[in-house]
Amino acid sequence: MKLRPIAGILLRQFYLIRGSPVRALPMFAWVAIDIVVWGFITRYLNTMSAGRFNYIPSLLGAVLLWDFFTRIMQGVSTAFLEDVWSRNFLNLFATPLTTPEYITGLVITSIGTSAIGLAVMLVLATAVFGLSFFSLGVMLLPFLLVLFCFGIALGILASALVLRLGPASEWLVWPLPALISPFVGVFYPLATLPHWMQFIARGLPPAYVFQGMRSILAGHPLPAAALLPGAALALLDVALAGYFFVRVFRYALRTGLLARYSAESVS
Amino acid sequence: MHDRTPHPAAAHSAAIAARRDDAAHPALSVAQLRKTYATLTAVDGISFEVRRGEVVGLLGPNGAGKTTTINMILGVLSPSAGDIRIAGIDLAQQRSRALAQANFAAVYAALPGNLTVAQNLRFFALIYGIPHLAARIEALLQLFDLYALRNTKCGVLSSGEQTRVALAKAVLNRPQLLLLDEPTASLDPSAAQTIRERIRRLAADDDCGILWTSHNMYEVEAVCDRVLFLSRGRILLEGDPRRLPAEHGAETLEALFIRLAREPLSAEERTR
Repeated sequence: MKLRPIAGILLRQFYLIRGSPVRALPMFAWVAIDIVVWGFITRYLNTMSAGRFNYIPSLLGAVLLWDFFTRIMQGVSTAFLEDVWSRNFLNLFATPLTTPEYITGLVITSIGTSAIGLAVMLVLATAVFGLSFFSLGVMLLPFLLVLFCFGIALGILASALVLRLGPASEWLVWPLPALISPFVGVFYPLATLPHWMQFIARGLPPAYVFQGMRSILAGHPLPAAALLPGAALALLDVALAGYFFVRVFRYALRTGLLARYSAESVS
Repeated sequence: MHDRTPHPAAAHSAAIAARRDDAAHPALSVAQLRKTYATLTAVDGISFEVRRGEVVGLLGPNGAGKTTTINMILGVLSPSAGDIRIAGIDLAQQRSRALAQANFAAVYAALPGNLTVAQNLRFFALIYGIPHLAARIEALLQLFDLYALRNTKCGVLSSGEQTRVALAKAVLNRPQLLLLDEPTASLDPSAAQTIRERIRRLAADDDCGILWTSHNMYEVEAVCDRVLFLSRGRILLEGDPRRLPAEHGAETLEALFIRLAREPLSAEERTR
């Protein structure tokens, strides 16, 4: 892989975000609204429980992690969709740019945009609602890394689906995080779920993250052994998503989909 | 930090010298190229070359297979069979290396409209790994009269201005092979003539092979050294556009085009 083409992808995304408040705003506006809404809900629940249970870390912390995951996924797919919306595939892929360079560019873009969202969430949740997330220190890192990897995997998968099914399919990929959220136990223990849902949850890395977070908040040490399958699954998902994208890309080359990609090119 | 990259002018001279050393390879070599979709054969085993410094016209009616051929050469469409070499580099085996030697401009492939002219050129300059990109972009902005538009978003440019930006992008990497799909289609006659002259000069000065498609037969006669006439995915005729009409009993290239487009099989039989 060469660095300059990757830098080119990053520069393009930077130009787009810098030149358009419409693109810059969603990086922190929606996550800020989420934190504010859930912050007041948790404050209200704390008042109702009269100090018997602190909802702030379990609910607001979960919202923060979930939003981080969705921002990562959307960071990759939105960067990809920029090329769909501007019908740039022919210009882009008739160059020396390789698929790994392109995907790496999308992933680094996503790291940048989601880091801004994460920072806004952390500042708001800490300053306004007293979420002491930083007290978890380095214990937080493995959870963020697993969510990061799975977000990347889902973003690449979403991009591959749009490439394969056509631009109109972007409406299928936005709800992907919502589709998996009931299974991964963002706000409740996995034991709450029926058995068939628990079975599916075992294949989803975020389930291990949220289960582990609840364990830490309950005062237990970092459940490294329990988190390990989640980390392994997340890495496997990144590899599978990358493989799927390459397969779809080759299909698009073979069928002419890439050359004639337009709003109605579903084949 | 000491900059080890050569001066832009020296780099250009070195690139030209390297090309001349490598002149044994044509800019483009296509052998037995075929593309089929289920029962449809879009390109049917064509073979041709574009030599360095040569402008070759790829002509044919709509649906003849011109754009399919160009897409295969650009690496955005896999051939069903056949071999494509750009400056001697096998596209199927070394896609990235081969495409680094080529570039293109086409009316149907506008640059992203949400970036300015300069931003688009910088973006593609990085993708092509161009050294001294600021100097190169500056030179191209001047060459294609785009300097005053450098901070204008491409989406709001007129079609003629967009064509000039696309052409500036197409020569960013000093390609050994340049594919131009109706490059002057949206230009006024004066601008079209200027662009034709610049492209001809580029072919001569930079030792660049150009594959040019156009429906403007006057332009083809003025620009192309050689033409290939494509119909139903096959090459029917090949030759000097100024001599072909007389050789085939037509008054003009346009008259020959119309006849071949309407009766491709009889024309094909005639060339056998």
